[in-house]
Amino acid sequence: MALAIKVNGTIQSVDVDNDAPLLWVLRDALGLAGTKFGCGVAQCGACTVFVDGKPMRSCTLPISALGTREVTTIEGVSGREAEAVQQAWIARDVPQCGYCQSGQVMSAVALLKQVKKPSDRDIDLAMNGNVCRCATYVRIRAAIHDAARALEG
Amino acid sequence: MTTHDVALSRRAMLKGAAGLVIGLYLPEKARAQSGAAHAFRRAAGGADFAPNAFIRIGADDTVTVLIKHIEFGQGPFTGLATLVAEELDADWSKVRAEHAPSNTDFYKNLAFGVQGTGGSTAIANSYDQMRKAGATARAMLVAAAAQSWGVPAREITVERGVLRHTGTGREGRFGQFAEAAARQPVPSDPPLKDPSVFRLIGRDDGSVKKLDSAAKSNGTAQFTIDMSEPGMLTVVVAHPPRFGARVASFDASAARAVQGVVDVKQVPTGVAVYANGTWPAIKGREQLRISWDESAAEKRSSDQLIEEYRALARRPGRIAGAHGDAITTLARAERTIEAEYVFPYLAHAPMEPLDGFLRWDGQRAHARFGSQLQTLDHQAIATVLGLKPEQVELETMLAGGSFGRRAQQTSHLAAELAEVAKAIGPGRPVKLVWTREDDIRGGYYRPLIVHRMRGGLRDGKIVAWTDTVVSQSILKGSPFEAVMAKGGIDATSVEGAKEIPYDIADFRCDLHTTDVGVPVLWWRSVGHTHTGYAVECFVDELLQATGQDPVAGRLAMMGKAPREAGVLRAVAELAQWSGPGPVNGRARGVAVVKSFDSYVAQIAEVSAGDDGPRVHKVWCAVDCGVPVNPDVIRAQMEGGIGFGVGAALYGEVALDEGRPVPANFDTYRVLRIHEMPQVEVRVVNSTEKPTGVGEPGVPPIGPAVANAMARLGLGRPRRLPLVRAVA
Repeated sequence: MALAIKVNGTIQSVDVDNDAPLLWVLRDALGLAGTKFGCGVAQCGACTVFVDGKPMRSCTLPISALGTREVTTIEGVSGREAEAVQQAWIARDVPQCGYCQSGQVMSAVALLKQVKKPSDRDIDLAMNGNVCRCATYVRIRAAIHDAARALEG
Repeated sequence: MTTHDVALSRRAMLKGAAGLVIGLYLPEKARAQSGAAHAFRRAAGGADFAPNAFIRIGADDTVTVLIKHIEFGQGPFTGLATLVAEELDADWSKVRAEHAPSNTDFYKNLAFGVQGTGGSTAIANSYDQMRKAGATARAMLVAAAAQSWGVPAREITVERGVLRHTGTGREGRFGQFAEAAARQPVPSDPPLKDPSVFRLIGRDDGSVKKLDSAAKSNGTAQFTIDMSEPGMLTVVVAHPPRFGARVASFDASAARAVQGVVDVKQVPTGVAVYANGTWPAIKGREQLRISWDESAAEKRSSDQLIEEYRALARRPGRIAGAHGDAITTLARAERTIEAEYVFPYLAHAPMEPLDGFLRWDGQRAHARFGSQLQTLDHQAIATVLGLKPEQVELETMLAGGSFGRRAQQTSHLAAELAEVAKAIGPGRPVKLVWTREDDIRGGYYRPLIVHRMRGGLRDGKIVAWTDTVVSQSILKGSPFEAVMAKGGIDATSVEGAKEIPYDIADFRCDLHTTDVGVPVLWWRSVGHTHTGYAVECFVDELLQATGQDPVAGRLAMMGKAPREAGVLRAVAELAQWSGPGPVNGRARGVAVVKSFDSYVAQIAEVSAGDDGPRVHKVWCAVDCGVPVNPDVIRAQMEGGIGFGVGAALYGEVALDEGRPVPANFDTYRVLRIHEMPQVEVRVVNSTEKPTGVGEPGVPPIGPAVANAMARLGLGRPRRLPLVRAVA
């Protein structure tokens, strides 16, 4: 089925099944491979993207349910929060294997867009859907606090 | 993998393969003649200066270090590049890292004799080799500058990628001399720096940043699953529901009807669905109707295996380590204490499930995936496709974690990748993808294990210790068996149990090796995943029974274990240890484990939560010899602790009549951010040879948490995971 979807500010035409999850449309049809597959059942957060600015697990969102909503992926995320988060990630050397980090970054950016100065509890709530098997959690938490401070200044 | 001194015979590994013996530095002629010439040309990559198989320097001053170990988060890109850059006096901002190609002659792990990563050996086996590679390149650059400037080489200094001659005031960058350096003779034994003048090794001011953080923070780092090329088919394989089952028959008509499905083929491991894209492949697989022949399948449940193992543990096994006469002393002890510890099968569950890419035209094959044992995987692909090893190229990709899962002594993924390519025929590039369910239910687990411990006490001291271990062998039937399993003892089953750091006069550790049809594999820290728990829980229990402090009691028995004692003292100081508590509902547990020649002690602060123990904070001291990248060491301790807490609290793949019960992260629970303790790490200064940190952070955390639970009145859990024990 041919569909038009808006990804990272551009309308793209894709020919995929109605039930194809957004994740596989992004990765296989559009070549946007920064968004990762980790579980396929919305349990790990590796596939986190923004749908109309809100973080969502793309692995369980059928493309037919997207409608006209706009998708932002790690390739297209931008703005002050995104810059602050990515800079903090690099400064803290957060990533180990790196595979989950696109999803972590997207969830962290979404948090900072919502909450300017998140507490540890805010971070727990916003980030506990994102699994990191390398357990870089200590640095993820520290980097989010760093990014929040950088955005204040 | 385990101990560093294992040197595999290449002959044993590569039966019949040409046995070239090539040193690190090859004269041009030998390079051309060797079967490795192709790899070397690739390594040179058209750079102006490629003094050896590990370094290329371009006219733009970029220093690229070829890394022989796979990078999946443990840090070899940064670590090995640091070693080279130190001796080269390179500018760190110009240093890059990429994976070396598969070539055993150039890139073998000096601890194994084959190309591969494991046993936390990357830094240890590369320390001298990479430094020499850097020093060689430096000497050749200096020689080129000396020739060009007409000055003696010894008067030239090098700093951050710039060569200088003070007398004439001349200076130049690496890139300017790259081409000329390539024409210089290769020095055979360039001098290495004295550690006192290291600029990069051990530097901890934040200036030696990891080389891969940016690409891993913006989604551009490329993993195997991200591979795509025109005409490529994505393949998923339906594996049997029980280990050892085979395809009896199958009906693929419904699968073939799924839009995007291109073909369906039987392969040795199951039924492969080929599709244009991952989603149709997964959908197609769901439509397969397969009848399995389960006549040879493993059908026992975990509970049944545990009962069998417990019965076995009542009888002495084959002796793995002994001194004195533990049995007699136990019989004469004032008091004996027994404990039985039961450990479940564990999945590794790396974030990127197993996957691989292969292009094959019938004559040559090119594979790309996160290979952790390149020599074996390379050979496996050649064997399946009926090619000679030199007709196969294997490129190592960044991998989304491993924790042991990609170090396959059977090369089962490489073989499956080649089989799916072979089944569809030449000229069709394939990308094989395992889903999370394939991963969690796919076997190759940390084995299920039982330890039966007995301790004898007299005059307030531990006088006798026995430990009977019951486990499947990881090495059995693998190419590693001949060198790592001796006298019927698989070293990976009893490492950390057959010798302990405590002075106990009468000691015995024995082993029963079981035969179960569940494929097993090393899992981050291998035998220490269970021996660390059994030994450190049991010694703590015996110390508690004799009224001794967990720290002071251990130290009193560590006369012959100075480095274990060193990290234990360091962690006690870091945590301001004043006893186990509890204080205000929080107790502290201690454990110290030497693994892979690194020494780690941890103290965990724990309270009783609604959903099992809550681990608030962990203090950690590590002695891994010369610390090459202190921040990477801290990161590995933090990560190892998180990985270990998750496994200790929740990790279990239970079998129900042979079928794995959990399937995904909803049923195979792993640690999440709100459960991660705070971590404080002290890296102990040392001038000993550097050792690894990828695994040694894991073993102490489970027993440290359990020992704290005991002080909270929750008991030391005898069956893992801990949350089950509390529930």
